[in-house]
Amino acid sequence: MTTAAMSTRPSGVPRTNLFTGLVGLIIGYAIGIWVGRRIGTHVDFVSAIDENDYSVFCAYGFGTIGYLAGLGLLSYPLNRLVGRRPVEAVKSESGAWRYLSVSTDHKVIGLQYLWGIGLFFLIGGIGAMLIRVNLLRPSPPIFSPGQYLTLVGLHGSMMVMMVSSIILGPFGHYLVPLMIGARRMAFPRIEALTFWLTPLFGAILLTAISYGGFPTGWTGYPPLAIQANAGMDAYIFAFFLVAVAMVLNAINLMATIITMRAPGLTWNRLPIFVWSMLATTVLMLLGAPCLVAALLMETLDRTSGTTFFNAAHGGSPFLFQNLFWFFGHPEVYILALPGFGIVLEILPVFARKPLWGYRVAVSGLLGVALLSFMVWQHHLFVSGINANLRPFYMLTTELISVPTGFVFLAGMGTLWRARISYSVPMLFSLAFFFNFLIGGLSGVYLSDVPSDVTLHGSYFVMAHFHYTIMGGLVFAFFAGLYYWLPKMTGLQLNETLAKWHFWTMFISFNSTFLPLFALGALGMPRRVNTYAPHFQFLNDWVSVSAFVLGLSMLIFIANLLWSLAVTRRPAEANPWRSRGLEWQVPTPVPVTNFETIPVIQAGPYDYGVPNALPVADLSGAAIPAATGD
Amino acid sequence: MAQGDSSINPQRIIIVWLVLSVIADLAIIFLLGPHMPPGSASAQADEQRKTNIVLAVVLAPIAIAVWTYFAMALTSFRQRGEFRDGPPIQGDSRLQGYWIVGTLLIVLCLAAYGTYALYATTSSAAGSGGGQGPTLISAAPANALQVQVISQQWAFTFRYPQYGDVETTQLAVQSNRTVVFHVTSIDVIHSFWAYDLGIKVDGVPGVDNVADTTPNHPGTFTIRCAELCGVWHGEMHSTGLVLTKGGFASWIAQQRRQAQPVLKHLPPFRSVYYPDPTERAG
Repeated sequence: MTTAAMSTRPSGVPRTNLFTGLVGLIIGYAIGIWVGRRIGTHVDFVSAIDENDYSVFCAYGFGTIGYLAGLGLLSYPLNRLVGRRPVEAVKSESGAWRYLSVSTDHKVIGLQYLWGIGLFFLIGGIGAMLIRVNLLRPSPPIFSPGQYLTLVGLHGSMMVMMVSSIILGPFGHYLVPLMIGARRMAFPRIEALTFWLTPLFGAILLTAISYGGFPTGWTGYPPLAIQANAGMDAYIFAFFLVAVAMVLNAINLMATIITMRAPGLTWNRLPIFVWSMLATTVLMLLGAPCLVAALLMETLDRTSGTTFFNAAHGGSPFLFQNLFWFFGHPEVYILALPGFGIVLEILPVFARKPLWGYRVAVSGLLGVALLSFMVWQHHLFVSGINANLRPFYMLTTELISVPTGFVFLAGMGTLWRARISYSVPMLFSLAFFFNFLIGGLSGVYLSDVPSDVTLHGSYFVMAHFHYTIMGGLVFAFFAGLYYWLPKMTGLQLNETLAKWHFWTMFISFNSTFLPLFALGALGMPRRVNTYAPHFQFLNDWVSVSAFVLGLSMLIFIANLLWSLAVTRRPAEANPWRSRGLEWQVPTPVPVTNFETIPVIQAGPYDYGVPNALPVADLSGAAIPAATGD
Repeated sequence: MAQGDSSINPQRIIIVWLVLSVIADLAIIFLLGPHMPPGSASAQADEQRKTNIVLAVVLAPIAIAVWTYFAMALTSFRQRGEFRDGPPIQGDSRLQGYWIVGTLLIVLCLAAYGTYALYATTSSAAGSGGGQGPTLISAAPANALQVQVISQQWAFTFRYPQYGDVETTQLAVQSNRTVVFHVTSIDVIHSFWAYDLGIKVDGVPGVDNVADTTPNHPGTFTIRCAELCGVWHGEMHSTGLVLTKGGFASWIAQQRRQAQPVLKHLPPFRSVYYPDPTERAG
């Protein structure tokens, strides 16, 4: 499928790629600094604080535009704008250049997401290791307080930004079109844009180090954020790009799922993973704009001396806290829902039974999505905002455990009288239930005002959300990875190494985070670089466990390198005997996914159903490949 | 459709669950309960300790139920012999109904209990020691000790409006006398956490955030900042004193003597302070 443009380039290098993007980034960055300095010299506020944040923001802004232009992402809309016929982007159909240049193939984008997210997960993980090194002794700290807070802030922000697309990025993009019988996403160019923003915001966040870091952690509360040095601008701009990518992703996936389902794929046959993606996109679409608003106000307070959050001049720090958590709490369900989707998708395959209570599971996902917008003030129980609101937020927060319980019910029901095989994806899915139960039940302590008074802001909170995000989402991510990677790469992973990875990760994860509940309840606050001497034993225990947890990730990386680069054993088209539509296509998946648009004939979980039809008719439909795209 | 090699009796799960739950709950109440954080140094701390016990007693059986089920299901329902599919059970609407009603009931009871604990004015622990904004949920006694906690990077200082507005770097309160903390900040958001007294109140610029407590015996308590407030957040801690009536009288008299020369340079006492804008400080 070489195009005319490619034939003039024998090497197959696309005209625009990651490296032209980087050139654009550098040029834009330089222009931005110049423009920012010109603006800054005319603003009194800049000389008053003796720091020109205009040049930082302009550098990031122009850098972003230059990067997107260098990647070739702007040529289509610009050509359209001036009424010219757009030049179709050069598509490299094979080889590594596919992954280093803009592609509108959802399968390439899924894998691009996977490698990009993996890199950030690694960087964020190294941050966690360094944090635990610092906490090996109560005092004196190993890193300076500024370095330590930068580590905490980078670890937190990197992980939150990264995990918000850890499942939606790789699996959402790769699998949703395959699962719904479509050839592409609704907006493939927007899809490419959302991916290419991902390495950019990661890089911008890391530039905070060159400005001396930022002291606020991932929450970015003013007035501390207003007072902080230019590293804060990196945090603000990176998070802004994350929010933009979220909105674009949400619109794209929502449109795809609603409008592009194959004939016969009714709502009650939709795979539960696709349902979880749909619920997640609702949260993203409604939550992320609030974050943008909060960050914009913070930018103005920092650059121009507005007083949105300055109490002395009529502003209020509460405004930011409310806006941030109105995004921030749905955000934690943006992290949780895809995990629910993956484990409920995987359980029926290895239990060889239909998903138990499909409708209850779906209403659980939608119920969590709805309720998550009504709970945000439980982060602010001791803040001094109207105290009589607290019983309401206590009630709504505890109510959210009811739809979450539906997910557990569906999982437990599916296992009843099942024929379970303990393959690696199944092990990770089961560990998800174990971990998320602890994470969820510990959340009840934080929703209850009297016990939250002690636990708020302590290591207990830290343990709680690591149990839900790391123990829940990341375990679900690995379940999905071991389950779908044979389809995505066409290669088998080594099962022995995979089992080693699972057991070391499961044991060291619990050994790391369980003691943190005790540390928090006994009075150790979050984000401190020194602590009382009598906490040393537990902290050392946690640090050593965390290093083992880091080691388990190395086992995974070793497996990945060994299986994908060295042994390269080809995978079967459907190694798990799954009924999922994505497993019915050949491996590797053809560029157009389906030769003809499939006609869905049965539900995806009809295991053991007598005389069940195949999930789809892949041959009979009359829509030829050429007109589908 | 019963499969001889892979069936378990639901009654067995229930019996195992009951036995384990009773053991766990008894252990929580009698072994763990007296040592449950944050202790009983004040009515508020004791209320939180009781809440922690109640939650543990309710939640432990839930966790045990799920784990027992998983343990039994995972050991009994395995793929053995010839590979084949399980029975096509799509769901059970009666069981789903029980589950929904059951979880809803537990949640509503917990929320009702939490609200009761928050407002239980008879126990003198109303508000549970959390920051309540400008006014207390239930008024403190007239003779209550008023202490203003001024947070700044990176220390708490304390002002006693009933004792000539004296400002101290050490916090001392009196046993068996209600103390009302008025927490505010002059720079960024802090959180005043008197762990043993069961107090946590955010110090927010421009906000007079109030909580009360009644320490019940002389001793010391740990004070920490619980909201990230900049580079030396980790060092923002001290030890507070709970003194007897006589001890407190002589302590405050001594503080006033010591502070006499600088008192006139302090800004007049107000519920909140707006200092001049600070420079960027990283």
